[in-house]
Amino acid sequence: MKRLTRVEMAQRVARDIPEGAYVNLGIGVPTLVANHIGDREVILHSENGVIGMGPAPAPGEEDGDLINAGKQFVTLLPGGAYFHHADSFAMMRGGHLDYCVLGAFQVSVRGDLANWHTGAAGAIPAVGGAMDLAIGAKKVFVMMEHLTKQGESKIVQQCSYPLTGMNCVSRIYTDLAMLDVAAEGLHVREIYSDIGFEELQELSGVPLIDSSAQGGAGR
Amino acid sequence: MIDKTIPSLSAAVADIHDGATVMIGGFGAAGMPSALIDALIEQGARELTIINNNAGNGDTGLAALLKARRVRKIICSFPRQTDSHVFDELYRRGEIELELVPQGNLAERIRAAGAGIGGFYTPTGYGTLLAEGKECREINGRHYVFELPLRADFALIKALKADRWGNLVYRKTARNFGPIMATAAKTTIVQVDHVVPIGELDPEAVVTPGIFVQRVVLVADKEQR
Repeated sequence: MKRLTRVEMAQRVARDIPEGAYVNLGIGVPTLVANHIGDREVILHSENGVIGMGPAPAPGEEDGDLINAGKQFVTLLPGGAYFHHADSFAMMRGGHLDYCVLGAFQVSVRGDLANWHTGAAGAIPAVGGAMDLAIGAKKVFVMMEHLTKQGESKIVQQCSYPLTGMNCVSRIYTDLAMLDVAAEGLHVREIYSDIGFEELQELSGVPLIDSSAQGGAGR
Repeated sequence: MIDKTIPSLSAAVADIHDGATVMIGGFGAAGMPSALIDALIEQGARELTIINNNAGNGDTGLAALLKARRVRKIICSFPRQTDSHVFDELYRRGEIELELVPQGNLAERIRAAGAGIGGFYTPTGYGTLLAEGKECREINGRHYVFELPLRADFALIKALKADRWGNLVYRKTARNFGPIMATAAKTTIVQVDHVVPIGELDPEAVVTPGIFVQRVVLVADKEQR
């Protein structure tokens, strides 16, 4: 079965981030999106207290006082700013960010998100800013593989992992498809694989709505 | 004449008592007041409750305080990291209590304490494990969780520059929790890279006005910071 690589997923997400957007890219795979923004002026926020974040510094130019939420070295673009944590989370919780892009363990058909804790016995929980991001941005994009390594769908009727936020996801980008969360269910907008809608629905194990350009509702 | 500068690290932390609640600034290593933490380890206070974003990295700073078994409880948002082995081991052995707080709620609880707010309703965490047992309320069609302020006996923070009144400016993302923790502790102790004469800090650029600061210690030695 054909599927997108993580870089291709990042390219696809980046296409939906318009000029002028204020964006937070979650730790891990979502940070790849930054590499594909092109020459659009998109302003990146990181919750530890920086906005207008630039790319990684050149080797030897790292500054221990200039990091992102993933504790990676970053740079500041002209026009960027620093602020304390309460201001930073006001930007998030207060709905000032246009988009955030997050990874996920599971997303439910209602847009519930589980991405912070497996709930496994002995696992040490750590939440960071995940719950604030989930409920804060105007649009919450999730970027994840469609299936687990065991082949189980990560799009589920009800999350079995502990929730990060309820009914908070706007759109899901997977290696197989792009889906919009709506009150009536999940709209499949694009399929990236060589499978059809029926097969995608079968793999997902939940009812989907065919809204792709080639499919039913979108035609 | 007001002079909040303290001649030594040991004098700055001398009165931190056993059982004290201590906020420690920093996000990972950025902004962590390592020299003050080392002085606290040396000083020997035990049974501490620590408020920090993390639970220590590697074997230095906050991790060293944990390793010295001085911490009874930690209130933080992100304890588990690739290099949080000191905390991980204590937690697995049941030798440290953890209160996990979403990062924005942690920041706002600290801000609320410093601003004299008795509590607040936040949408963060609603419907999750971290809101279990907490009061919830629907306001204008949105669900919120009630959170209480978080105060401390002491705050240990790091800034770039201070004057003798305790006015502070920070450096880049090392600012993180410093300005809010400074407001929320009875005694705020700051380690700085530079102490400058009164009037030298641009008043338009002062981030923490000195009213929130009780003690300033100059740490001139780069290795010690």
